[in-house]
Amino acid sequence: MTATLKDATAIVGIGQTAFARHLPQSEKELACRAILAALADAGIEPSEVDAFASYTMEETDEVEVAKAIGAGDVTFFSKIGYGGGGSCATVGHLASAVATGQATVGVAWRSRKRGSGPRPWKNTAVQLPTPGQWTRPFGLLRPADEIGMLARRYMHEYGATRDHLFNVAMACRNRANANPAAMMYERPLTREMYMTSRMISDPLCLFDNCLETDGALACVVVSAERARDCRQKPVYVHSVAQGLPAQHHGMVNYWNDDPLSGPAWTAARHLWKQADFGPQDVDVAQIYDAFTPLIPLSLEGYGFCGRGEGAAFTEGGALEMGGRLPVNTGGGGLSEAYVHGFNLINEGVKQLRGVSTSQVPDATTCLVTAGEGVPTSAILLRS
Amino acid sequence: MTTTSTAADELLLPVPDEDGAPFWEYAAQGELRVQACAACGRLRFPPRPCCPHCRSFDSEWRRMSGRGRIWSYVRPHPPLLPAYAAQAPYNVILVELADAPHIRLAGNLVTSADAPLDSVDPARLRIGARVHVVFTETGGMAVPRWILEKS
Ligand SMILES: [Zn+2]
Repeated sequence: MTATLKDATAIVGIGQTAFARHLPQSEKELACRAILAALADAGIEPSEVDAFASYTMEETDEVEVAKAIGAGDVTFFSKIGYGGGGSCATVGHLASAVATGQATVGVAWRSRKRGSGPRPWKNTAVQLPTPGQWTRPFGLLRPADEIGMLARRYMHEYGATRDHLFNVAMACRNRANANPAAMMYERPLTREMYMTSRMISDPLCLFDNCLETDGALACVVVSAERARDCRQKPVYVHSVAQGLPAQHHGMVNYWNDDPLSGPAWTAARHLWKQADFGPQDVDVAQIYDAFTPLIPLSLEGYGFCGRGEGAAFTEGGALEMGGRLPVNTGGGGLSEAYVHGFNLINEGVKQLRGVSTSQVPDATTCLVTAGEGVPTSAILLRS
Repeated sequence: MTTTSTAADELLLPVPDEDGAPFWEYAAQGELRVQACAACGRLRFPPRPCCPHCRSFDSEWRRMSGRGRIWSYVRPHPPLLPAYAAQAPYNVILVELADAPHIRLAGNLVTSADAPLDSVDPARLRIGARVHVVFTETGGMAVPRWILEKS
């Protein structure tokens, strides 16, 4: 008999704090508030929590969280590396732990003060996991510079244009405009604003970059059996995958044979192999969008279109409501909040509960992805 | 594999790790060299202890012609570290080496070895453009820079 994670667990609670450029609370307090909100949403007592998962970049340890919220004995804890590549793996690790009996109630979370806190490129002692000696001295300092390099090549090879990147930014902004919790609620974007905005790392302009946000989110994972007794409609974890391709180099993926096919391709192969459905059956997708080019690259990697077709895929409103594949329906990292992609997980749950502020009618399947360009992860959710 | 700055108004210096140190030692002699497997002969970058093809731990450093083509480039604008902001928008290019196209080195296109990072007219930046390496002395280290070939 082969063990499988397929639909063995479900997300039964989600929680979040406010999102803002500046919140007065500490990251630790925000983490606790989001986690308690998620448990309340699930109708599960904090004392029942026995598993935690977050990112290695999360600065509030499970030790701090567990004692603050009054968790019981904890029998599983895990942290996933590579920044935004870790988001979906937090759910994946908890699903594995719960499905194999290592724990019964798992909490995944991310708390971050990126809006008002320090940014990595302002403190050279804190370095992202990249081979710094080969890039930093030449002024390739920030993730925007590193992704901008790939974006330029992508535009050159496949005829992608700034209009395609605008399609991505616009789809996210339009969804945020409908989401009262989003930082860009009721703040429309126009093509003129996009085309005349300042460059951050040419070819990437201001609106190609995610928001600087303070905020925290959490979700609760339990067995499918337990989920049936929870307060909310279960959202099943159908398939999970992580992806670290052969000869990969992190955010500066410049030294393998094909830098434009990143970790998404690796994660996707495993994700679909374990699933009962394919890309054509996905009703709505939450695709990691720290930068706009990550969306066309991910559309290719996860099989929504062919290699080099991701930019063209964005044409004709394909990413908008009613389009071929509505994406980032809460506004995403570009326009809702940038909390290392955790908001994409919770938004996926909202879609399958039928309560999104941009609800895709009768959505029953959702792909959620983590950061492309870095070792990544993804989950397929179904109702 | 970290990089630290010497002072707020200076560009970051490379901080070599054990695997990368020979690259910078050869650079100080004005040579662009890339790590190769001493057993199967394949080049690899970034340098590492073991050959991913034949798993040999024996390596040598092979001299490159120093010629290449621009594979891609970006032009960073502030906010940036102060020394970089002072020269922004500058260019960062990725050069694919003529001797080994899958080896791509990040660098800067300049008008001469010691010219500033923004010395080349951005209109001259072009994917596919031919370049060659030069070295500039900074903070006691030799750092590669790239010059457009006359075409
Ligand atoms: Zn070898």
